[in-house]
Amino acid sequence: MAETEGVRRRDFINIAAVSAAGIAGVGVVIPLVSQMSASADVLAASSTEIDISAIQPGQAIKAVFRKQPVFVRNLTPKEIEEANAVDTASLRDPQTLAERTKEGKENWLITMGVCTHLGCVPLGAGEGEIKGEFGGYFCPCHGSAYDTAARIRKGPAPKNLEVPEYAFTTDTVVQIG
Amino acid sequence: MSFPWANEYKPSHPFMQWMDDRLPLPRLVFNSVGAGYPVPRNLNYFWNFGFLAALCLIVQIVTGIVMAMHYAANTAVAFDTIEMTVRDVNWGWMMRYAHANGASMFFIVIYVHIFRGFYYGSYKAPREMVWLLGVVIFLLMMATAFMGYVLPWGQMSFWGAKVITGLFGAIPFVGEPLQQWLLGGFAPDNAALNRFFSLHYLLPFVILGVVILHIWALHIPGSSNPTGVEVKAESDTVPFYPYYVAKDGWFIGVFAIVFSLMLFYFPNSLGHPDNYIPANPMSTPAHIVPEWYFWPFYAILRAFTQDFFFIPAKLMGVLAMFGAILVWFFLPWLDKSPVRSGSYRPLYKKFFWFGLIPAMAVLFYCGGAAAAEPYVMISQLAALYYFAHFLIVLPIVSAIEKPLPLPYSITESVLGTDEAAQLAPSGSV
Repeated sequence: MAETEGVRRRDFINIAAVSAAGIAGVGVVIPLVSQMSASADVLAASSTEIDISAIQPGQAIKAVFRKQPVFVRNLTPKEIEEANAVDTASLRDPQTLAERTKEGKENWLITMGVCTHLGCVPLGAGEGEIKGEFGGYFCPCHGSAYDTAARIRKGPAPKNLEVPEYAFTTDTVVQIG
Repeated sequence: MSFPWANEYKPSHPFMQWMDDRLPLPRLVFNSVGAGYPVPRNLNYFWNFGFLAALCLIVQIVTGIVMAMHYAANTAVAFDTIEMTVRDVNWGWMMRYAHANGASMFFIVIYVHIFRGFYYGSYKAPREMVWLLGVVIFLLMMATAFMGYVLPWGQMSFWGAKVITGLFGAIPFVGEPLQQWLLGGFAPDNAALNRFFSLHYLLPFVILGVVILHIWALHIPGSSNPTGVEVKAESDTVPFYPYYVAKDGWFIGVFAIVFSLMLFYFPNSLGHPDNYIPANPMSTPAHIVPEWYFWPFYAILRAFTQDFFFIPAKLMGVLAMFGAILVWFFLPWLDKSPVRSGSYRPLYKKFFWFGLIPAMAVLFYCGGAAAAEPYVMISQLAALYYFAHFLIVLPIVSAIEKPLPLPYSITESVLGTDEAAQLAPSGSV
């Protein structure tokens, strides 16, 4: 009764069984992989409000956003001028200060305090910390120097300090995330 | 497989005979590390380091299980549980320092073991699988050691975790999601600490499994030896027990002295003082360094400061660092010389002692130094030689080198060429 050509009943059962096992395998792997992603409580804490009223021009603060430092800096007119004087074509990661700040609030430079090289916290936001040769931030780990728009100017970091998503909820309160 | 003259397992006690008929585990041990395993008679002390590495793994597993009894993988208390283990738990200080220094001792032993393999061509046919499994063990050891260093949740733990997981962020497109998946968040935190603990407990047993495969693969052709000449006759070998058990046992004594000196007199000398500061995500230590055994590879990571065509410098560094170990997988096919031992390869020997070893030493030094000139440039030159050694020097040397004449046999190399010596039965000298 065995058929000599075409798909035999046994072939069909084999393919069906292996396919079903494969699909079931994928179904088991998805939860096993996905459980390692950021959990709901971690994601829920991913927005932060900061009161910036006390930050004088030339000062900066470190705040916490997603368990990482975020720098809020009130630029002086001189620092803004320095940032605007740079030819963006000469930059590793070309961006203007205006592109990195909100319109009308160009003195408020808000960036992650995470060096884009390997994730160290650059110096320059705290009182008395060195700001590096470009007057912005300086990462002590591998010597990346950022300018007054937190753009990478020297050292191994590939990108400017990341500007997180944020909005001014009032003139003195910023919501990050 | 073994040599035809290998001693056969003959249980004398009836219980062992009963056991052998049902589960021949004693037979397996007898044939693996007992009198049933014939080993070349001319092994030098560099061959002790394999046995020693197995001992180190056992020390790490035993002290590690003890540490896990007193440790809690939670960012709020992790640092304190380690300190309380050291201060309050009976013998806790010894267990903790034995585990921490044991990791360093393990890496010292494994580096000697690996470079023994480089010099004596232990990776060559028919032992390629032994070598490949060994490289897998080394990679697993590095992962395990890295995750173990994170667990005390000190400053170096935290920033080491951040920098190393940051390496994955360098991968184009998938890097950032991959990094967040590995950490279970945006930065190292409780989720990361917990999974690192889970894996740090798991991986040593995976290593143990691969070690068993490594030894199994070794026992197919049998151990290599300093001449690189294969075993020809029974007179070339002695049984592992008692000869090498005694020699390995003596060497364990030497090792125990060194380990004890570290453990009891310099328990913190290989660690970093910053790791006694609890982790602070808001402040980076001025000088982040990994544990000393990662320094050569860390130096290669930092040696890439310029973009390479379209590949950013950071990604190049990451690729080079992993490539520095992955190139070992190709070693059996890069070095085509039929002569195994460096002792009979005049040109290879020069490149080993005056090329590879100094390059490794320089990378080691630079990896622990600050990321500033002149160290960056020096590590660039050393990294350049490191890769050239494997990818250019070895293929060329093996093509143009004229090796020295090899001894006819292991016995001849030990006893000279007179006929009486060649006919001497094993173990008679």
